[in-house]
Amino acid sequence: MPLLELQNVCVQFGGLRAVSDFNFTLDQGELVGLIGPNGAGKTTAFNVTTGVYRPSAGTVRLAGQSIAGQKTFKINRAGIARTFQNVRLFANMSVLDNVLVGFNKSLTQSLTSTILRAPIHQREDRQFEDQAIELLQTMNLADKAYAAAGSLPYGDQRRLEIARALATRPKILLLDEPAAGMNPREKAELMQLIRFIRDQFQVGIWLIEHDMKLVMTICERITVLDHGEIIAVGTPAKVQSDPAVIEAYLGEPA
Amino acid sequence: MPLLAKANQIDSVPRTPAWMLNLFWLALILACYPINRLLEANLNDYLYLVLTRICLNIVLATSLNLINGITGQFSLGHAGFMAVGAYTCGTFLQHYVGVGWNPIAAALLFVIVGGLLAAVAGLIVGVPALRLRGDYLAIATLGFGEIIYIVIRSTESIGPFKIGSAAGLDGIPKVTTFFWAATAAIITVVCVWRLAYSAKGKAFAAIREDEVAAAAMGINTTFYKVTAFVIGAFFAGVAGGLYGALDQTIDPEQFRFTRSIEIVALVVLGGTGSITGVVLAAIVLMILSEALRDLKGVTHVDLRLIVYALLLIITMLLRPQGLMGAKEIFRSRRKRNLSQPAPAA
Ligand SMILES: Nc1ncnc2c1ncn2[C@@H]1O[C@H](COP(=O)(O)OP(=O)(O)O)[C@@H](O)[C@H]1O
Ligand SMILES: [Mg+2]
Repeated sequence: MPLLELQNVCVQFGGLRAVSDFNFTLDQGELVGLIGPNGAGKTTAFNVTTGVYRPSAGTVRLAGQSIAGQKTFKINRAGIARTFQNVRLFANMSVLDNVLVGFNKSLTQSLTSTILRAPIHQREDRQFEDQAIELLQTMNLADKAYAAAGSLPYGDQRRLEIARALATRPKILLLDEPAAGMNPREKAELMQLIRFIRDQFQVGIWLIEHDMKLVMTICERITVLDHGEIIAVGTPAKVQSDPAVIEAYLGEPA
Repeated sequence: MPLLAKANQIDSVPRTPAWMLNLFWLALILACYPINRLLEANLNDYLYLVLTRICLNIVLATSLNLINGITGQFSLGHAGFMAVGAYTCGTFLQHYVGVGWNPIAAALLFVIVGGLLAAVAGLIVGVPALRLRGDYLAIATLGFGEIIYIVIRSTESIGPFKIGSAAGLDGIPKVTTFFWAATAAIITVVCVWRLAYSAKGKAFAAIREDEVAAAAMGINTTFYKVTAFVIGAFFAGVAGGLYGALDQTIDPEQFRFTRSIEIVALVVLGGTGSITGVVLAAIVLMILSEALRDLKGVTHVDLRLIVYALLLIITMLLRPQGLMGAKEIFRSRRKRNLSQPAPAA
């Protein structure tokens, strides 16, 4: 049984089929790519997996349990975390606080013990602040812990979004164009980081990315979408040489 | 279980233990008792009343700040919550002190009961808040406040308890002193502060910043939004009860939407999200409005609302984030030194 499994998933917006008959599996420790031209339906596939949209047909299963149409926060608690194509940080909050929000579900204290500053509150707040800082150190962001998230350079914001997602202790991490807006050096670092995260945190990573070099280098498998339909699945080598893919996507002038 | 197997040495800062902080706030509340005696003996009635009102204004502004400023919901119903507390406490107090209950004990009980009933109202209003955003929520909460107003206006009594319809409820025993009001202000500020600046309470601000992202990070946005409304409404109800037991008379007109807007103005001026900024706004604007009240004798019009409106317009133009933005005037949290290099990845 795969950890994450989408079967015949369709998402319909009025007359538009953004995603049709989508099939996909992802296991722990895998690094799988999702590519396709703009408007192909990639982000929609992420949104339907994380409960932002309910599939108009098909099933979404996490470890065998159906999660289709469940509330977003429940799906996150079940083990799927994500980043957003257009970075969605808590811009006016500090870098540290952004990560602390990710730890929310790990906190067992009640709001009453928070208000009363009960021993459990003190223990937990300190413990998770330490963990948040550790996570920021891993992401090379610790020296900016007290800066407002919105004030960070773009590349840092993208990494912070990953850190925040990791704080929710996901089994599966969805990254929506994490390299967008990064320079070549940052992209190279990001590639290392994604591999490191996969190994260190033992997550399955599903990656949407436009940078072909990055996707082809780090992904073990790739799904190619065009107009909401899967046109190819397989290893980077196989996908790269698929005529349908070349026509729909790779053949496009860059 | 730590998230990462290997932890780097993290700089730690000494922190004041919680029991010491709790003791400090308790001591401060107790200190208000002799201070109250001192003020009673030395201030004229008017100044004493203004000080007491400032404290109640702080309770109102800070509790609305939790809903509007910190959680980012746009509520225009605060006067409605206040009314629920004021009438609940007022009518019970009048009735039971009339049959011989000790006024102090009764007031303590009924101020809390009023707060709790207002919290129930907050729960009822908080539920539509899950579906409505921004302007729509503002209009829904405005409607709630008007409903409360109309219900009170058209109710003469409930059983043996007098409501007084349009004429209002008078003859409420005078119990509220500076001590009571200051206690309520301290408790409100400490509660909201502790919620806003705890790991768990970061969820409130996360919802304000980006609700979709908050949900994607596992935040039960429904729970936190309703909680903000319930806690905010509770303290508004407490302030309402204390107002009634201060003025000894309440009438429905006091709790119409202009009152809500006055409280919203405090939050906007102080800086949506800044607890100290909003407290400061509550103090300054109360003093200002008292000064303007005196001017009324000269100008023959009530300048207060005009000045409030002008202040709001100027703030929106020059400093839309409010006096303090989301910053605090002071915060005791010491930052840790985190500039050492990261572990090799
Ligand atoms: N909420 C929505 N309502 C209507 N149409 C949408 C919505 N979200 C996405 N779409 C449409 O679905 C298609 C796929 O969008 P998207 O998944 O964002 O593409 P990609 O991420 O591959 O660039 C696009 O045509 C887009 O306009
Ligand atoms: Mg997209």
